[in-house]
Amino acid sequence: MAERKTVRKWFWVWDFEKEEQWLNAMAQSGWVLDRLGFCTYHFVSCEAGEYTVRLEMREHDEDYIRFMEETGAEYIGRMVKWIFFRKKAELGEFDIFSDIDSRIEHLNKIGQLLLLVCVANVLIGMGNVASPVNMSWLNLLCAAFLSYGLGRIHGKKEALEKERLLRE
Amino acid sequence: MESIALTEAVFYILISMEQPIHGYGIMQSVEKMSGGRVKLAAGTLYGALSSLVDKKWIIALPSEENSRKKEYQITDLGKAAAAAELRRLKELVKNGEAVAGGWDNDKNGI
Repeated sequence: MAERKTVRKWFWVWDFEKEEQWLNAMAQSGWVLDRLGFCTYHFVSCEAGEYTVRLEMREHDEDYIRFMEETGAEYIGRMVKWIFFRKKAELGEFDIFSDIDSRIEHLNKIGQLLLLVCVANVLIGMGNVASPVNMSWLNLLCAAFLSYGLGRIHGKKEALEKERLLRE
Repeated sequence: MESIALTEAVFYILISMEQPIHGYGIMQSVEKMSGGRVKLAAGTLYGALSSLVDKKWIIALPSEENSRKKEYQITDLGKAAAAAELRRLKELVKNGEAVAGGWDNDKNGI
Protein backbone atom coordinates (compact mmCIF):
# COMPACT_ATOMS: atom_id res chain seq x y z
CA MET A 1 0.00 0.00 0.00
CA ALA A 2 1.50 3.27 -1.11
CA GLU A 3 1.94 5.86 1.60
CA ARG A 4 0.81 9.39 1.07
CA LYS A 5 1.64 12.74 2.53
CA THR A 6 0.60 16.32 2.03
CA VAL A 7 2.78 19.41 2.15
CA ARG A 8 1.38 22.93 2.19
CA LYS A 9 3.72 25.13 0.23
CA TRP A 10 3.88 27.85 -2.36
CA PHE A 11 6.61 29.59 -4.27
CA TRP A 12 7.47 32.94 -5.79
CA VAL A 13 7.19 32.59 -9.56
CA TRP A 14 10.78 33.76 -10.05
CA ASP A 15 11.94 30.85 -7.89
CA PHE A 16 10.29 28.22 -10.09
CA GLU A 17 13.61 26.50 -10.79
CA LYS A 18 14.26 26.10 -7.08
CA GLU A 19 10.77 24.68 -6.65
CA GLU A 20 11.47 22.12 -9.34
CA GLN A 21 14.74 21.19 -7.65
CA TRP A 22 12.90 20.73 -4.38
CA LEU A 23 10.27 18.49 -6.00
CA ASN A 24 13.05 16.39 -7.51
CA ALA A 25 14.85 16.19 -4.17
CA MET A 26 11.55 14.89 -2.74
CA ALA A 27 11.36 12.27 -5.54
CA GLN A 28 14.98 11.35 -4.81
CA SER A 29 14.05 10.74 -1.18
CA GLY A 30 11.11 8.50 -2.12
CA TRP A 31 8.19 10.94 -2.38
CA VAL A 32 6.85 11.83 -5.79
CA LEU A 33 4.30 14.53 -6.51
CA ASP A 34 0.96 12.90 -7.27
CA ARG A 35 -1.75 15.53 -7.00
CA LEU A 36 -2.05 19.28 -6.61
CA GLY A 37 -4.33 21.49 -4.61
CA PHE A 38 -4.24 25.20 -4.01
CA CYS A 39 -0.84 25.75 -2.40
CA THR A 40 -0.84 22.06 -1.55
CA TYR A 41 1.29 19.22 -2.80
CA HIS A 42 0.12 15.64 -2.37
CA PHE A 43 2.95 13.13 -2.52
CA VAL A 44 2.92 9.38 -2.86
CA SER A 45 5.77 7.07 -1.90
CA CYS A 46 8.01 5.83 -4.72
CA GLU A 47 11.39 4.22 -5.22
CA ALA A 48 14.15 6.75 -4.62
CA GLY A 49 14.88 8.40 -7.96
CA GLU A 50 12.06 6.60 -9.76
CA TYR A 51 10.75 9.85 -11.25
CA THR A 52 11.85 13.18 -12.68
CA VAL A 53 9.45 16.07 -12.04
CA ARG A 54 9.15 19.18 -14.22
CA LEU A 55 6.98 22.26 -14.06
CA GLU A 56 6.16 24.95 -16.56
CA MET A 57 4.04 28.09 -16.81
CA ARG A 58 1.51 27.53 -19.57
CA GLU A 59 -2.12 28.23 -20.34
CA HIS A 60 -4.42 25.23 -20.35
CA ASP A 61 -3.79 23.31 -23.57
CA GLU A 62 -5.19 19.78 -23.98
CA ASP A 63 -3.24 19.31 -27.17
CA TYR A 64 0.02 20.05 -25.37
CA ILE A 65 -0.72 17.72 -22.49
CA ARG A 66 -1.54 14.92 -24.93
CA PHE A 67 1.72 15.62 -26.75
CA MET A 68 3.69 15.39 -23.50
CA GLU A 69 1.92 12.16 -22.57
CA GLU A 70 2.84 10.64 -25.93
CA THR A 71 6.47 11.10 -24.94
CA GLY A 72 6.03 9.11 -21.75
CA ALA A 73 5.43 12.01 -19.35
CA GLU A 74 2.51 11.95 -16.94
CA TYR A 75 0.46 15.07 -16.35
CA ILE A 76 0.14 15.58 -12.60
CA GLY A 77 -1.99 18.69 -12.51
CA ARG A 78 -2.10 22.43 -12.41
CA MET A 79 -1.53 25.05 -9.74
CA VAL A 80 -2.70 28.47 -10.87
CA LYS A 81 -0.66 29.08 -14.06
CA TRP A 82 1.75 26.21 -13.54
CA ILE A 83 1.48 22.71 -14.94
CA PHE A 84 3.39 19.78 -13.46
CA PHE A 85 4.61 16.62 -15.13
CA ARG A 86 6.56 13.58 -14.02
CA LYS A 87 8.28 10.87 -15.99
CA LYS A 88 9.77 7.56 -14.92
CA ALA A 89 13.56 7.81 -14.96
CA GLU A 90 13.74 4.42 -16.73
CA LEU A 91 11.97 5.98 -19.74
CA GLY A 92 14.89 8.33 -20.24
CA GLU A 93 15.91 11.88 -19.43
CA PHE A 94 13.10 14.32 -18.94
CA ASP A 95 13.33 18.00 -19.72
CA ILE A 96 10.68 20.34 -21.05
CA PHE A 97 13.13 22.64 -22.82
CA SER A 98 16.25 21.62 -24.69
CA ASP A 99 17.49 24.89 -26.15
CA ILE A 100 18.13 28.46 -25.07
CA ASP A 101 15.41 29.95 -27.30
CA SER A 102 12.60 28.00 -25.69
CA ARG A 103 13.91 28.81 -22.20
CA ILE A 104 13.92 32.50 -23.10
CA GLU A 105 10.38 32.21 -24.44
CA HIS A 106 9.25 30.59 -21.20
CA LEU A 107 10.82 33.42 -19.17
CA ASN A 108 9.08 35.92 -21.46
CA LYS A 109 5.74 34.35 -20.62
CA ILE A 110 6.45 34.57 -16.89
CA GLY A 111 7.65 38.16 -17.28
CA GLN A 112 4.53 39.22 -19.20
CA LEU A 113 2.26 37.83 -16.51
CA LEU A 114 4.23 39.53 -13.73
CA LEU A 115 4.16 42.79 -15.63
CA LEU A 116 0.40 42.57 -16.11
CA VAL A 117 -0.27 41.95 -12.41
CA CYS A 118 2.24 44.65 -11.46
CA VAL A 119 0.62 47.28 -13.71
CA ALA A 120 -2.83 46.28 -12.44
CA ASN A 121 -1.67 46.86 -8.87
CA VAL A 122 -0.24 50.26 -9.71
CA LEU A 123 -3.48 51.31 -11.43
CA ILE A 124 -5.70 50.06 -8.62
CA GLY A 125 -3.37 51.66 -6.08
CA MET A 126 -3.43 55.01 -7.86
CA GLY A 127 -7.19 54.82 -8.43
CA ASN A 128 -7.92 54.27 -4.74
CA VAL A 129 -5.69 56.95 -3.30
CA ALA A 130 -8.70 59.18 -2.62
CA SER A 131 -11.09 56.47 -1.42
CA PRO A 132 -12.18 56.50 2.25
CA VAL A 133 -10.80 53.06 3.06
CA ASN A 134 -7.37 53.62 1.71
CA MET A 135 -5.66 50.39 0.82
CA SER A 136 -3.52 51.94 -1.89
CA TRP A 137 -0.32 51.38 0.02
CA LEU A 138 -0.98 47.63 -0.11
CA ASN A 139 -1.34 47.65 -3.91
CA LEU A 140 1.72 49.80 -4.32
CA LEU A 141 3.68 47.52 -2.01
CA CYS A 142 2.57 44.55 -4.12
CA ALA A 143 3.63 46.39 -7.26
CA ALA A 144 7.04 47.14 -5.77
CA PHE A 145 7.49 43.50 -4.85
CA LEU A 146 6.37 42.33 -8.29
CA SER A 147 8.87 44.73 -9.86
CA TYR A 148 11.55 42.95 -7.88
CA GLY A 149 10.30 39.64 -9.34
CA LEU A 150 10.32 41.12 -12.82
CA GLY A 151 13.92 42.13 -12.28
CA ARG A 152 14.83 38.58 -11.25
CA ILE A 153 13.17 37.11 -14.36
CA HIS A 154 14.79 39.76 -16.54
CA GLY A 155 18.20 38.92 -15.09
CA LYS A 156 17.76 35.23 -15.92
CA LYS A 157 16.65 36.17 -19.42
CA GLU A 158 19.59 38.48 -20.03
CA ALA A 159 22.05 35.79 -18.99
CA LEU A 160 20.48 33.41 -21.51
CA GLU A 161 20.39 36.04 -24.25
CA LYS A 162 24.08 36.71 -23.76
CA GLU A 163 24.79 33.01 -24.04
CA ARG A 164 22.56 32.85 -27.12
CA LEU A 165 24.86 35.25 -28.98
CA LEU A 166 27.47 32.53 -28.90
CA ARG A 167 25.54 29.30 -29.09
CA GLU A 168 22.13 27.70 -29.32
CA MET B 1 14.98 33.11 -49.64
CA GLU B 2 16.51 35.09 -46.81
CA SER B 3 19.77 33.59 -45.73
CA ILE B 4 19.37 32.64 -42.10
CA ALA B 5 20.87 29.90 -39.99
CA LEU B 6 18.36 27.36 -38.80
CA THR B 7 18.72 26.10 -35.28
CA GLU B 8 20.09 22.61 -34.91
CA ALA B 9 16.75 21.47 -33.55
CA VAL B 10 14.82 22.85 -36.53
CA PHE B 11 17.22 21.33 -39.07
CA TYR B 12 16.99 17.91 -37.46
CA ILE B 13 13.22 18.16 -37.15
CA LEU B 14 12.91 18.99 -40.85
CA ILE B 15 15.11 16.14 -42.05
CA SER B 16 13.30 13.62 -39.85
CA MET B 17 10.01 14.33 -41.63
CA GLU B 18 10.27 12.99 -45.14
CA GLN B 19 7.66 10.41 -44.17
CA PRO B 20 4.73 11.29 -41.91
CA ILE B 21 5.91 11.09 -38.32
CA HIS B 22 4.46 11.90 -34.88
CA GLY B 23 6.09 13.96 -32.17
CA TYR B 24 7.66 11.18 -30.15
CA GLY B 25 8.91 9.60 -33.39
CA ILE B 26 10.74 12.85 -34.20
CA MET B 27 12.43 12.85 -30.79
CA GLN B 28 13.57 9.26 -31.24
CA SER B 29 14.67 9.74 -34.83
CA VAL B 30 16.72 12.86 -34.05
CA GLU B 31 18.40 11.22 -31.08
CA LYS B 32 19.30 8.20 -33.23
CA MET B 33 20.54 10.24 -36.20
CA SER B 34 22.81 12.31 -33.96
CA GLY B 35 24.19 9.26 -32.17
CA GLY B 36 22.47 10.28 -28.93
CA ARG B 37 23.91 13.79 -28.94
CA VAL B 38 20.73 15.77 -29.68
CA LYS B 39 17.88 15.07 -27.29
CA LEU B 40 14.91 17.26 -28.13
CA ALA B 41 12.79 18.04 -25.12
CA ALA B 42 9.05 17.78 -25.67
CA GLY B 43 8.19 21.40 -24.87
CA THR B 44 10.87 22.72 -27.20
CA LEU B 45 9.72 20.35 -29.95
CA TYR B 46 6.08 21.33 -29.49
CA GLY B 47 6.94 25.01 -29.87
CA ALA B 48 9.12 24.36 -32.92
CA LEU B 49 6.40 22.27 -34.60
CA SER B 50 3.77 24.97 -34.21
CA SER B 51 6.16 27.62 -35.57
CA LEU B 52 7.03 25.39 -38.52
CA VAL B 53 3.36 24.76 -39.27
CA ASP B 54 2.78 28.56 -39.17
CA LYS B 55 5.64 29.03 -41.63
CA LYS B 56 4.17 26.26 -43.82
CA TRP B 57 7.48 24.39 -43.78
CA ILE B 58 5.58 21.39 -42.44
CA ILE B 59 1.95 20.36 -42.30
CA ALA B 60 -0.01 18.60 -39.61
CA LEU B 61 -1.76 15.64 -41.24
CA PRO B 62 -5.39 14.92 -40.45
CA SER B 63 -5.21 12.29 -37.73
CA GLU B 64 -6.35 8.78 -38.52
CA GLU B 65 -9.52 7.53 -36.94
CA ASN B 66 -8.16 5.18 -34.33
CA SER B 67 -5.05 7.21 -33.58
CA ARG B 68 -4.92 10.24 -31.33
CA LYS B 69 -1.35 10.96 -32.32
CA LYS B 70 -0.90 13.86 -34.68
CA GLU B 71 1.48 13.29 -37.55
CA TYR B 72 3.54 15.82 -39.43
CA GLN B 73 5.23 15.95 -42.81
CA ILE B 74 7.64 18.33 -44.52
CA THR B 75 6.35 20.53 -47.38
CA ASP B 76 8.21 21.68 -50.51
CA LEU B 77 8.83 24.99 -48.78
CA GLY B 78 10.36 23.15 -45.83
CA LYS B 79 12.49 21.05 -48.15
CA ALA B 80 13.81 24.23 -49.79
CA ALA B 81 14.67 25.65 -46.36
CA ALA B 82 16.47 22.47 -45.32
CA ALA B 83 18.35 22.37 -48.64
CA ALA B 84 19.44 26.00 -48.22
CA GLU B 85 20.61 25.22 -44.72
CA LEU B 86 22.54 22.23 -46.00
CA ARG B 87 24.34 24.49 -48.49
CA ARG B 88 25.21 26.85 -45.67
CA LEU B 89 26.50 23.99 -43.53
CA LYS B 90 28.63 22.69 -46.40
CA GLU B 91 30.18 26.11 -46.76
CA LEU B 92 30.92 26.16 -43.02
CA VAL B 93 32.46 22.71 -43.20
CA LYS B 94 34.58 23.61 -46.24
CA ASN B 95 35.95 26.81 -44.73
CA GLY B 96 36.25 25.28 -41.31
CA GLU B 97 38.20 22.29 -42.61
CA ALA B 98 40.63 24.57 -44.44
CA VAL B 99 41.56 26.43 -41.30
CA ALA B 100 40.52 24.51 -38.23
CA GLY B 101 40.86 21.01 -39.70
CA GLY B 102 44.25 20.58 -38.09
CA TRP B 103 43.09 21.83 -34.72
CA ASP B 104 40.91 18.83 -34.03
CA ASN B 105 42.76 16.89 -31.47
CA ASP B 106 41.19 14.70 -28.83
CA LYS B 107 44.11 15.56 -26.59
CA ASN B 108 42.61 19.01 -26.26
CA GLY B 109 39.89 17.27 -24.39
CA ILE B 110 37.04 18.96 -26.24
